Amino acid sequence: MARSRNPETKPRKGLSRRAFLSRGAGLAIAAPIVTDTGLPAPQGAAADVKILGPEKIPIALRVNGKAHTLSVEPRVTLLEALRTHLDYTGAKQVCDRGTCGACTVIIGGKEINACAVLAVEAQGKDILTIEGLSTTGKLHPIQEAFIEHDATQCGFCTPGFVVACKAFLDKNPNPTMADVEKGLGGNLCRCGTYVGIREAVLSAAKTMKGGRANG
Amino acid sequence: MADYKWPDASKRALMGKRHSRIDGPEKVSGRAKYTHDRKLPGMLYGRIVRCPHAHAKVMSVDTSAAEKMPGVKAVTVIQGPGKEIQWAGDEIVAIAATDENIARDAARSVKVVYEQLPHLVHEEDISKAGDRASAPEEKTEGDPDKGFKEADVVSEGTYGLPVITHCTLESHGSLNAWEGEDKLLAYISTQAVSDVGSGYAQPLKIPAANVHIVQDHVGGGFGSKFTTDRWDVEAAVLAKKAGKPVRMVLDRDEELMVAGARPSTFAKVRVAAKKDGTILAWDSTSWGTGGLTGAGAPPIPYCWRIPYRLKHYAITTNIGAARAWRAPNHPQACYITMCALEDLAAALKMDPLDFFLKNIEMTAPRANLYKEELLKAAEMMEWKKKWHPRGDPTPGHIKRGLGLSIHTWGGRGHPSENRVTINPDGSVSCELGSQDLGTGTRTVIAIVAAETLGLPINAITVKIGDNKYPRSGGSGGSTTVGGVSASTRRASVDALALLLQKVAPALNADPAKLEAVGGKIQVQGDPTKSMTWKQACAKLGATPVVASGKCVGGRDELTNQGVGGVQMAEVTVDTETGIVRIERFVAVQDVGYLISLKTAESQMYGAITMGIGYSLYEEKIMDEQTGRMLNPNMEFYKLPGIGDIGRIMVHMVMNKEQDDRGVIGLGEPPVVSPGAAIGNAVANAIGIRVPNLPLAPERVLAALEKKGGLS
Repeated sequence: MARSRNPETKPRKGLSRRAFLSRGAGLAIAAPIVTDTGLPAPQGAAADVKILGPEKIPIALRVNGKAHTLSVEPRVTLLEALRTHLDYTGAKQVCDRGTCGACTVIIGGKEINACAVLAVEAQGKDILTIEGLSTTGKLHPIQEAFIEHDATQCGFCTPGFVVACKAFLDKNPNPTMADVEKGLGGNLCRCGTYVGIREAVLSAAKTMKGGRANG
Repeated sequence: MADYKWPDASKRALMGKRHSRIDGPEKVSGRAKYTHDRKLPGMLYGRIVRCPHAHAKVMSVDTSAAEKMPGVKAVTVIQGPGKEIQWAGDEIVAIAATDENIARDAARSVKVVYEQLPHLVHEEDISKAGDRASAPEEKTEGDPDKGFKEADVVSEGTYGLPVITHCTLESHGSLNAWEGEDKLLAYISTQAVSDVGSGYAQPLKIPAANVHIVQDHVGGGFGSKFTTDRWDVEAAVLAKKAGKPVRMVLDRDEELMVAGARPSTFAKVRVAAKKDGTILAWDSTSWGTGGLTGAGAPPIPYCWRIPYRLKHYAITTNIGAARAWRAPNHPQACYITMCALEDLAAALKMDPLDFFLKNIEMTAPRANLYKEELLKAAEMMEWKKKWHPRGDPTPGHIKRGLGLSIHTWGGRGHPSENRVTINPDGSVSCELGSQDLGTGTRTVIAIVAAETLGLPINAITVKIGDNKYPRSGGSGGSTTVGGVSASTRRASVDALALLLQKVAPALNADPAKLEAVGGKIQVQGDPTKSMTWKQACAKLGATPVVASGKCVGGRDELTNQGVGGVQMAEVTVDTETGIVRIERFVAVQDVGYLISLKTAESQMYGAITMGIGYSLYEEKIMDEQTGRMLNPNMEFYKLPGIGDIGRIMVHMVMNKEQDDRGVIGLGEPPVVSPGAAIGNAVANAIGIRVPNLPLAPERVLAALEKKGGLS
């Protein structure tokens, strides 16, 4: 099977991550296997097949510009590392298999389901989470638009949706309604906030363009 | 006696207008903390070992391997040898470990031997239910036989809705920590902050007053989160055993298997009318399941007072327990009734809008309201321009159709108490043991207090989500907005009166002649005699003003019940693929005295979106062989996405008459009609009824095949 550019957004053929992890639980995980996602390999992986785990290993993650070192088993997902081992709880665990988008983060400019990436795979890249969108204490225009258009109800899908909207608008600064409906199809909401989200995205696009035009 | 009455439209600064929800900033920034996000020092992670069989007897349980595993701190057997298990996914063993993955490893190491027993997980075909079907519940009103005798047209049909799940995005769960021997702190994902604690008290044998419940935010409930569950109580037991807090949250598959299901309902209906469209009589046989409890008879015929004869069978199955699902029993009753009536209209060759209007007196006591709402919805939908008789005659494989439905709900306020504090620094807080499910409860409380005190909304601090605050009811039955708005209004009026007494001497006025408007305290009608809110509160010296206000539930002049509501759907159906798309959806809804227009509209959009979900996509699919749920995940338990909902148009009925009724709940009514409106639109598009929801492609194609062709 040809390597997809973004395999973590689709369920893997034949073997779910959970099944993969459980089968791998008693085995050591070889680095080349865990790099099969298109994300950069851990240092030295290409040169010699270094065996990682199953015990905890030291890893380094760069989240919202801040460096973190932590010690986790190689089977720990990026989402688990962010939520449990660090304190980035904005991304939520909902489907835990890359279907619903509640754990969306941006890695290297691309929206990624953090539940479908192992923490070890995410090393050496810039990880942007919802907490990184408003660091100066001022909300991002997308967040402002979500409030204005009431694009949140219980709010559980909201952080993932906001991050997905950011990645979407970065790539599609002038979206039509049809673009929004297609481009944000990977995030699910149970309360039914889509009407507000559609309006919020279109309105944020205008604000962000205005911001750029005004320098 | 203080005057608590809701102010008239002309006197409202805030109520009835569009305001952004006050917890928006924390939700959009990821700062909002849910039960899933809570951590405590030394916290352990809980896991449940679940039974893989739909019906079985536990023969033996061996937890020795788990207990020896490094990192495992406590193990308890929940249902041991001899227990009869009635659904796949029921709880057998609970484990707490230092790490989530260790807990999973430990759960996998537990060996349970079962003796399998016969199960039933399908109820659509009642002839296969055997002794699982109850004795029929029968009921007759009026003289249906006379109606059928006098009828010119009798329409017959079968209509059904399968079991669906709640699929709250935040799965059920709790974080449980003992504070001493007999005091428990529980962060639990719940719809009933003030009341859920008693679910711990009894099994743990501690006083309910010793259970401290905390919940800032809840990631969805929809009726599935009123009580503690066995996994919560077992987590508290594990916490006691291990001497450490235990967080137990369900995985998605567990959530969909065991944490909530809406009962199914199927019905065979005969309904009769005269040639001129007058409805005469109804006769139906219905059945359904809510798991072991069967399913209660749906309130059919729904909304219409038609002479009827009913027969209902409750079927017990091994599918897991049912829970209240947003507007319990109403979507089922609505779908069966409105589809049967639409089929009757089609048999009469009448436009269903005309047919509904002709019989509208049968919807008494809300006939006038429904008429007004039907006409408004028809105008918004351009019904008269777009409607065609059954079967879109347009050539090609894309067929367009319209459908309509009406619904009702209660929604009177529940018991609630609010403690309002006005501090000498001018700050104001409201404290009540309520919860905001995302419906906008916090925002409603802030709007009511701010309006009453003449302040901006952001001057009010709303403290909810803690059972140490005065009791407020659980959020079910659309009772929250009525309850919290009434208690907030009374507490705010009384707190203001106390403040005005303190301030009156400084303004040299009778306190009864003072009013709070625009951030000032002033003599009524004389803005020159005034002081700012801050100046006024400074007169309190060191002592804050505190007042409690209640909604007692039941009859209460500030809240009311009984709404109508009309919805219309426009769909397209691809007759080659069977795919149904929502093009346009119109909803007109009355809701009494409306406090927060923006979040009310969001309830409408959200409920309709959820309605599109159960109309087109959702079904708890059970495997006949194994008795297990086949789609306990979000790939195959499908929710609508952002591109699946078409254009939704909402109109809230707002006028003097509605204002005079008082506040009525809104969470449930708009989720009732979508199934019927969409089902009727599909029948109108393709010229034949697709009997059962969800209107998935295979069902649409099967109906088309039965009709004998694609177009």
